[in-house]
Amino acid sequence: MGWARKILRVNLTTGTVKVEPLNMDWASKYLGQRGLATKYFVEEVDPKVDPLGPENKMIMATGPLTGTAASTAGRYSVITKGALTNAIACSNSGGYFGAELKFAGWDMIIFEGKAPKPVYVTVFDDVCEIHDASDIWGTSVWHTDEWIKTKHQDPMMHISAIGVSGEKQVLYSCIVNDLHRAAGRSGVGAVMGSKNLKAVAVRGTGGVKVKDGRAFLKAATAGKKVLQENAVTGAGLPTYGTQVLMNVINEAGAMPTRNHRQVQFEGAHAISAEAMATPRKSDGQPNLLTNQACFGCTIACGRISKIDEKHFTIQNKPQYWKASGGLEYEAAWALGSNTGVDDLETLTYVNFVCNEQGMDPISFGATVSAAMELYELGLLTKEHTGGIDLKFGSAEALAKCVELTGTGEGFGKELGLGSLRLCTKYGRPDLSMSVKGQEFPAYDSRGIQGMGLTYATSNRGACHLRSYTVSSEILGIPEKTDPLTTDGKPALVKAFQDATAAVDSTGLCVFTTFAWTLNDIAPQVDAACDGANWTPEYMMEVGERIWNMERVFNNRAGFTHKDDNLPPRLVAEPAETGPAKGLVNGLATMLPEYYQLRGWTQEGVPTNETLSRLSL
Amino acid sequence: MKVTLKLFASLGAFLPEGAERNMIDLDVPEGTTIRALLDRHNVPPQSCHLVLLNGVFQPVGVRPHVALKPGDALAVWPPVAGG
Repeated sequence: MGWARKILRVNLTTGTVKVEPLNMDWASKYLGQRGLATKYFVEEVDPKVDPLGPENKMIMATGPLTGTAASTAGRYSVITKGALTNAIACSNSGGYFGAELKFAGWDMIIFEGKAPKPVYVTVFDDVCEIHDASDIWGTSVWHTDEWIKTKHQDPMMHISAIGVSGEKQVLYSCIVNDLHRAAGRSGVGAVMGSKNLKAVAVRGTGGVKVKDGRAFLKAATAGKKVLQENAVTGAGLPTYGTQVLMNVINEAGAMPTRNHRQVQFEGAHAISAEAMATPRKSDGQPNLLTNQACFGCTIACGRISKIDEKHFTIQNKPQYWKASGGLEYEAAWALGSNTGVDDLETLTYVNFVCNEQGMDPISFGATVSAAMELYELGLLTKEHTGGIDLKFGSAEALAKCVELTGTGEGFGKELGLGSLRLCTKYGRPDLSMSVKGQEFPAYDSRGIQGMGLTYATSNRGACHLRSYTVSSEILGIPEKTDPLTTDGKPALVKAFQDATAAVDSTGLCVFTTFAWTLNDIAPQVDAACDGANWTPEYMMEVGERIWNMERVFNNRAGFTHKDDNLPPRLVAEPAETGPAKGLVNGLATMLPEYYQLRGWTQEGVPTNETLSRLSL
Repeated sequence: MKVTLKLFASLGAFLPEGAERNMIDLDVPEGTTIRALLDRHNVPPQSCHLVLLNGVFQPVGVRPHVALKPGDALAVWPPVAGG
């Protein structure tokens, strides 16, 4: 139970749809969503496949708890080989799409091949159909959402779509559902675009069965009580959102600034959660209107913002005058401190366009900041940028860049390559702040040492959501560790990686783990699912199995221990200010111990003994 | 001596008049401890989850004993998180 026990296989080349039973043997070993869909993927796809070729597959997968009464149980993930990274990709999104897919009766949809012309797919309970998308190809996510709902006369549909950037294969394109929730990282939207698949619209009228309804409601209710009574999930996140970290990380001296040249940003407060809640001087209204929850979520960390209509970015552009998805910390950092822009309204506008056209604001912002450094060095000129004066701190330049990249035009084509390909093209690959081609998120690893190891070893390229040691190193959850030392970090990173892989396979949001441990999550999974004794210990084993499965795929794709690395700036240029002044990241100290703890060789390859122990 | 007090998120309500951008420069007597400064502004101890002195975390146990130095910046948050 928990699982719907059936999957859809959509072959876009032939235009055919097949129904298959879910492999329950795999479900008992990989749970669902990230783990189970990755198992399907690695069994079916050659690791050396071209991510943008028809042989690559793309899976939209729910977890066994998706659509249940558990708090935050609305998650779904997109699993594929990443266009940006050439590595395994798994991008997780909230909103309502995942739960709706489950209500329609499906654990996952596997997309194969490439449609001969643009199409979109509808799933109405048992009926899956492929439709001509020529009327919406070349339009935004927002237009596509409205057009499909109107065409099918069903405002209750939930839709995941790509914008023009995904069609043009901007390499960090994402898949946006419910207008402003996104499977954001690694370029999963570019993969969708390469398949000529514009959107997937779902409507379900069923429910989700669990193994033991009484036990499940008891466990889910107990879990909600923990979230409600916890100061972070019950008050901090709903009130301030993730953006409250802007001042925290800046004070801690781990705020990547101007392409990681500095670790503190003088304009941090102006783009923080506190600033979002303060009435603007221009019109007396605050940027932040309210918070918002995804399906079944009792935390509600989402931000809904409204830009001042007179702001230069949206004058005469009424489509941006409405309230929409506001800044999360990751977007605010990448678009703000990393480009040196401290204008909250501009950042909100750029974030709106990222949602409208389906782009990852982390990789977009980081790529613009790398381009700004290339421009400062004279390696990019106005001739390359089409006349844009691409200086750090220029709100006008940032706004122009997002418009061009979102539609894949002019200099936007260059920015759409991502920072590694862009910096390599102009002779300075060292200026790309990335791992495995994916740009860093919002924590400078000179000031938070464990995050250096997190980034270097992340299976999907640099990512904070694979092992959020910030929680321990800065926030003191579950217990405080010193961010400036490498001691104990390999074990911390491994524990976070394995636990997160398990949580990502349930259908629950990883933000619950600011309050929950696996002791809170496992009883909910166990009451919902058969197939195994879902104890916290078994879930850690499942997480470790998933991590190693992803690693083996990447190794077979051609990655080696040499790719478990950081850019020279972070391991050779000491931080200039703050608590980490004089420090670089100690990756070389941490990596051998990490490999040993993982049961891998010093070349980063899982030993036969490790694979056997994990039934891989 | 001059120190800077920064109170963020819901603790911003405890900042005295004249504070801007969640911070204020204050004149305090030599030997003022972290806890004493927070008490002076009625900041409830149970709300002081994340306490950074010049960016470095100060555990609960040391707050009554660590004396501020001229030019120090004390930044405090209630329980918060993000990602």
